[in-house]
Amino acid sequence: MADPEIKSYEPYHESLSAAVTESRPVRAALMIVAFAFLGVFLLLPLIVVFNEAFAKGIGTYTEALASPDTRSAIRLTLLVAAISVPLNIVFGISAAWAIAKFEFTGKAFLTTLIDLPFSVSPVISGLVYVLLFGAQGLLGAWLKAHGIVILFAVPGIVLATIFVTFPFVARELIPLMQEQGNGDEEAALSLGANGSQTFWYVTLPNVKWGLLYGVLLCNARAMGEFGAVSVVSGHIRGLTNTMPLHVEILYNEYNAVAAFAVASLLAGLALVTLVLKTLLEMRYGAEIAAVRGH
Amino acid sequence: MEVRITNVRKEFERFPALHDVSLDIKSGELIALLGPSGSGKTTLLRLIAGLEQPTKGAIFFGEEDASHKSIQERNVGFVFQHYALFRHMTVADNIGFGLKVRHGAARPSAKEIRRRASELLDLVQLSGLEKRYPAQLSGGQRQRVALARAMAIEPRVLLLDEPFGALDAQVRRELRRWLRDIHDATGHTTVFVTHDQEEALELADRVVVMSQGRIEQVGSADEIYDTPNSPFVYSFIGESSSVPVKVEDGEVWIADRPIGLSAPHVPNGEAVLFFRPHDIELLDSCNGCIAGTVAASRRLSGTRRVELEIGGERQRVEIELPVDHPAAQKSRVAFRPGRWKLFPVA
Repeated sequence: MADPEIKSYEPYHESLSAAVTESRPVRAALMIVAFAFLGVFLLLPLIVVFNEAFAKGIGTYTEALASPDTRSAIRLTLLVAAISVPLNIVFGISAAWAIAKFEFTGKAFLTTLIDLPFSVSPVISGLVYVLLFGAQGLLGAWLKAHGIVILFAVPGIVLATIFVTFPFVARELIPLMQEQGNGDEEAALSLGANGSQTFWYVTLPNVKWGLLYGVLLCNARAMGEFGAVSVVSGHIRGLTNTMPLHVEILYNEYNAVAAFAVASLLAGLALVTLVLKTLLEMRYGAEIAAVRGH
Repeated sequence: MEVRITNVRKEFERFPALHDVSLDIKSGELIALLGPSGSGKTTLLRLIAGLEQPTKGAIFFGEEDASHKSIQERNVGFVFQHYALFRHMTVADNIGFGLKVRHGAARPSAKEIRRRASELLDLVQLSGLEKRYPAQLSGGQRQRVALARAMAIEPRVLLLDEPFGALDAQVRRELRRWLRDIHDATGHTTVFVTHDQEEALELADRVVVMSQGRIEQVGSADEIYDTPNSPFVYSFIGESSSVPVKVEDGEVWIADRPIGLSAPHVPNGEAVLFFRPHDIELLDSCNGCIAGTVAASRRLSGTRRVELEIGGERQRVEIELPVDHPAAQKSRVAFRPGRWKLFPVA
């Protein structure tokens, strides 16, 4: 039984048995394909972005970022994220709670509806707001009469961003909450906790890693959204230009260095998001797995 | 705390889970709700806890009508089938949770909560595990923590839902004795749900046998086993054999033969005869008995189970014999049940 020769055939990892492990060349080929794909489609563009951004030296780079229009675009992007991400957290937790923890009519409908932004082209979602709030739109006349400006202004951009990002938090939480069920909440109530204590001490800690994932992804998308925002923004420099829109404008004006400088910030954001996510997984991997119940 | 359940009915989306259930639970009693799945035992436990509200009827805690009180107001200790320990809290924080969420003067100091937690850990024999997380405990240890957590709030009633259901047989037997000791030491009125009759009969002062949303019988282990009051209880608790019979003028007949049992108070007509397979008297000559040809014989650990074909209608009945009893080798066996009961066919 403890024969060393037999033992040497034991797989390193319990989920990899000898029967399903590929031969060495096959493994190498699969890995090369995966890495080559990532290299060509992800790493290479990333290098190009930073390369172009610093093509004319660090001085030009900082200058490009310091221009008033660019700074305004950065501010607007941060503002939009600062409004839409918290709203998405509230929406995401409410929707996930409703779907995972109790039964109601229209539940299936709500679940489908949450996926809508994933299945609809962002341009279409932007267009919906134009049709709704535009001068010829459904609410256009009423809005004009009351002096409310939504389209081609910050509110429109915020609305479009919320629409595009709202599945992120909810989608992350729903399966997690469904899997966890009501047991912990019932236990907390039986021990005398009221509703808010149950939420803060039990429900929220149980989903905090999933929530953080959702928020990270939601934030990345909120800052990077182009299509929907492009339709409703109106591209007014210094006023309604977010960073992705600003990149396009600069690029179309053949201002490659400035375009790539702003793009490098967005790419940097993506990298930070990835690093944070990885760090979270490394630091709290065991706990995340435990909370997820795997 | 005495708990009275009066004419409680519970429907889930108009599907009845409990029909008109009444039960008195005495103060300090350890009582088991026993039944197959779908019998309504867990629903009854959750109604007592306040996790569900009755559709009709009332639940009293002492003299107080608790039917519409919330679970927090009822102050019950509930131990969940899968423990429902808070994963992100240490064992000590889990046990102290019920005290920590109290308001104002009712809330003990952090130091007092810690002291109570380690006191309870001593009680459940887990001293020194304060700082562990639930994921670092074995199933049996989690079960003990769950019980300690439920007892921390000084509940009026302790309710346990399949407390040993998720544990292996060995641990289950150990914990059974341990729970009895804890109960005797603390004196909590305790209700537990189980589908394991051995557990119910061994552990409980009284057993409530349930089936299809109704209480079939309430009684001590002896009463339930020795004098079952319905065909369901007879066949659900312990081993039983049954034969359809006819009653005529106080005599019991199988097919065209009387079997030597008299039932003077049973009305004429069809009935079913129940007896325990081991509680029989073997007879040599059949002058009023049940006789049949041996159809099958199986060896159980200490005995031999023999299946007899009796009468002309391929009716089979099981009896139990000592392993080396000569009757098991014969092709034809005659016997008469010792303790038996007739249930008229409605």
